Amino acid sequence: MTVAMEKPEKTQPAEPAAPVKEARKVSRSMVVGAILVAWLVLFFVLRGKQTLALAAADLTDLHRWFNDVNDSIGANRNSNPLFLYFFNEIRLVIDSLVTFVQELISQSSGDRPVPQIGWLGVVGLAGYVSWAMGNWRVALLAVAGFTFLGLQGLWQESMDTLALTVSAVFVALLFAIPLGVWAGLSDRFNRIITPLLDFMQTMPTFVYLAPLTLFFLIGGASATIATVIYAAPPAIRITAHAIRTVPETTVEAADSLGATRRQALLKVLLPMSKRTVVMGVNQTIMAALAMVTIAALIDAPGLGKTVVQALQSLDVGTAFNAGLSIVVMAIVLDRVTTAASTREEEARRSKNRVLAWRRPLLGAGAAVTGVLIYMSHTYVWAAEFPGEGGIGSSIASAADTATTWVQDNLSGLTNTIRDVITNGLLNPFQSLLTDSPWWLVGAVLIAVGVVLGGLRAGLTTAVCVGLLVATGVWSDGMTTLASTVVATVLVMLLGIVFGVWMGRSALVDRMLRPSLDAAQVMPPFVYLVPFLALFGATRFTAIVAAIVYAAPVAMKIIADGVRNVPATTVEAATSAGCNTWQIITKVQLPMARSALTLATNQGLIYVLSMVVVGGLVGAGALGYDVVAGFSQGQLFGKGLAAGLAIVLLGVMFDRITQAAARRTSA
Amino acid sequence: MTTQTEMPQRRGTPQDSGSTPVISVRRLWKVFGPKADQVPDSEELCGLTRRELMDRTGCTAAVRDVHFDVSPGEVFVVMGLSGSGKSTLVRCLTRLIEPTAGEVVFEGEDIRQADDKRLRDLRRRKFSMVFQHFGLLPHRRVVDNVAFGLEIRGMGRAERVKRAQEVVELVGLAGYENSYPDQLSGGMQQRVGLARALAGDPDVLFFDEPFSALDPLIRRDMQNEVIRLHHEVGKTMVFITHDLSEALKLGDRILIMRDGKMVQCGTGDELVGAPADDYVREFVKDVPRGDVLTLRWIMRPPTDDDALDGPELGPDVVVKEATRAVLAADKPVKVVEKGKLLGIVGDEEILAVVAGQEGGA
Repeated sequence: MTVAMEKPEKTQPAEPAAPVKEARKVSRSMVVGAILVAWLVLFFVLRGKQTLALAAADLTDLHRWFNDVNDSIGANRNSNPLFLYFFNEIRLVIDSLVTFVQELISQSSGDRPVPQIGWLGVVGLAGYVSWAMGNWRVALLAVAGFTFLGLQGLWQESMDTLALTVSAVFVALLFAIPLGVWAGLSDRFNRIITPLLDFMQTMPTFVYLAPLTLFFLIGGASATIATVIYAAPPAIRITAHAIRTVPETTVEAADSLGATRRQALLKVLLPMSKRTVVMGVNQTIMAALAMVTIAALIDAPGLGKTVVQALQSLDVGTAFNAGLSIVVMAIVLDRVTTAASTREEEARRSKNRVLAWRRPLLGAGAAVTGVLIYMSHTYVWAAEFPGEGGIGSSIASAADTATTWVQDNLSGLTNTIRDVITNGLLNPFQSLLTDSPWWLVGAVLIAVGVVLGGLRAGLTTAVCVGLLVATGVWSDGMTTLASTVVATVLVMLLGIVFGVWMGRSALVDRMLRPSLDAAQVMPPFVYLVPFLALFGATRFTAIVAAIVYAAPVAMKIIADGVRNVPATTVEAATSAGCNTWQIITKVQLPMARSALTLATNQGLIYVLSMVVVGGLVGAGALGYDVVAGFSQGQLFGKGLAAGLAIVLLGVMFDRITQAAARRTSA
Repeated sequence: MTTQTEMPQRRGTPQDSGSTPVISVRRLWKVFGPKADQVPDSEELCGLTRRELMDRTGCTAAVRDVHFDVSPGEVFVVMGLSGSGKSTLVRCLTRLIEPTAGEVVFEGEDIRQADDKRLRDLRRRKFSMVFQHFGLLPHRRVVDNVAFGLEIRGMGRAERVKRAQEVVELVGLAGYENSYPDQLSGGMQQRVGLARALAGDPDVLFFDEPFSALDPLIRRDMQNEVIRLHHEVGKTMVFITHDLSEALKLGDRILIMRDGKMVQCGTGDELVGAPADDYVREFVKDVPRGDVLTLRWIMRPPTDDDALDGPELGPDVVVKEATRAVLAADKPVKVVEKGKLLGIVGDEEILAVVAGQEGGA
């Protein structure tokens, strides 16, 4: 044991998850090989001993203690002053906000069997707001998109999702923008809040949910609060960034003219950062939409719930139809807010002629929208979406047919791919991780942390490993780790191939980038559906979904890194007679090293959050523990512990790769 | 040609008038770093070079014991290379950067004692500044940028737009009032910056390397523009630059800084004629001396052999202007001030300067 612990600390191995780095130094990669061999040898000797395996229904003391806490909170929810005057109050406020918005657009209110504003009003309002904030093209898109949601037969579910998203975005921005401005103005506050935001964004979305239900019960309030926690950080960050990047000279000029702090803020800083802040709002909306769908796991109403129920009964057609709705809504929200952020500049470029007409047109539009809202409030045909959602059922049955066809005709191919990767890569690696004694794996992890990220990262890793053991779900954690690492390796392979291609060719970049952008906008849930059809409910499905989810990020980061290599350096290499392969391997990739580590970091975090969502479709391990914890009372504690384990894995990955990134860029 | 004839006319007038200075800077220090305020008080630390101070205390002294006076209507130029502390110095004058020690007296009032409200008031009415990178507001049209200072003061919209319009015309931007800054060239953007500074009708204009970011032709236009405006509005100006020819062209007096310290302060011909040390000498080496030196610097005492019935010229006539007259006369030219003979200048002296042979006084 001592040998295994000490040896790696003295040497310099590279991280197994990032094959690119192994090529950096021959001596290093040889040492890595030595360590891996040592691990393998010890694995065969000690296989199956001290693996800390835990059966699905087994619990540890910690889990039982969590259960007790849960029970006692449930029993004292209405007597404990902390709950009575704090948590319950928050829940009440959030609940009334959500209910208010729901009664406005999605749920029956009071004695009305329909919401206050029917579909016609909502569609009209969406079109009008999109036009006023953006332009007429996105207004058309919004009207078409919302109408399509109705035609799919998912009007009410869509409106529930929209209501939750709107409420959460409202609350998130209420806090995020002032906090962001503060962080932009005050260095001290910025230093305090940055690590906090890092932490909030590192955590996979999934794990907010369990502790929140502990305090706020399941339902809309918890869903909204989880969404706020997830969606606020980008807005805070981007607002702070926007304030900070206002040119210093401009602020100084305002000071030199005798502006007060308030004047400088209102007349200089805020107007100049407006455009960037709107981009932050866009990020917040997209994050909120993604989280609202995931919050279906804790009984949040809306499209997510339809997807989850369909996934659990493996009903691909329905899941696909609802998934499509989420995609449509994501596209509409994204396009509208993006158009809003560029509108002012476009208006400035166009001549004043258009501006002169704008005001009366806006007034007329408002009048028309008012009439539509009134009609949808008064007439049943304008309140309830007409038709039976025939398009939705045709989409569902088409998806079902396609799935059946694929399973009948392509199962040979898909099964081969699945089996090759599962048996060739995943299973051996997983058994290496799960069948090794826990201290051996822990030692290897710590060693990797020390070598790649330095002593501090190693220390963090050691703490995380210790806590992982304490959660009692070590074995499940290792299974998840295996899936995550395999998926990340594949993500990085894809990322390097496409990233380099995109970085070298502007044409390829122009062709790929829009679809990558679109892929990033989608809520992670949606990715599961098509792969469930292709590969059935297995670990592999989750891995493929994770790859599709994470690869666009890695590709974009690597492409940017490759493009940022100075053109003169490439020119110098070309004039020295390098061929294309040499330029890529000897100039562009080494110089894009920090982009590669950053891509690994982001890839790992994205993959981890997706692998966990994969618990819904048979990925098992931590994801399954969490999902089971939501639905079965006696597994609550274990689910909470699994959530913690996910956080620990995320923190560990994040710290190691970030420290490694700092090292390579230094 | 125009600008060169202007120099001798402007030269020397303000500081001879003997009026009280507008700005008077005494023992000014700016030190960045931990416990910065201890440095100016400690005689031992004051004596260290910048590098030694950094090693000893971790502090950087950007401005070290600077003192000078600026007279009303004068163009006072602070010149130095990057890192010499000149930009910090000008910011200390309006407390955009808080000085560490010393006095900045403006019209008899020590600015360092002013509270926030008083300081804002001074900035709104008495000073204004033109920046190297313009510092314009991209979301406002030209006229609103120019009116920004007036808006900050609380002036009504109609009034400030009217005033801004006047200034826009003064700086030659008529017709561009409704453009946005990013639609203008660099030179025109800096005209907006200039107009913004002039709009509040301040007593003193500060220029922080305003033309460094412009290309040479535009830069010359803008320098001429500043000279023209100085004639028209007669403001006191403090001008920061790293360009010696710009300093000589614009400045009534020039302060040369190095490593935060003053090296020399004087008129252009004093710097060229009597450099204080090798640093200044190196600086002014490539200046065409005939354009800067006056007859005062090259005249010699008359000897018995000289014929004293040649033409007369004043001592402040630039060599270049006098060349033709001296060479045309067949006797040496007498340099006379208020009827008193100061010395004489012959072909030899003129040719030594024009041909660049004189080694410096």
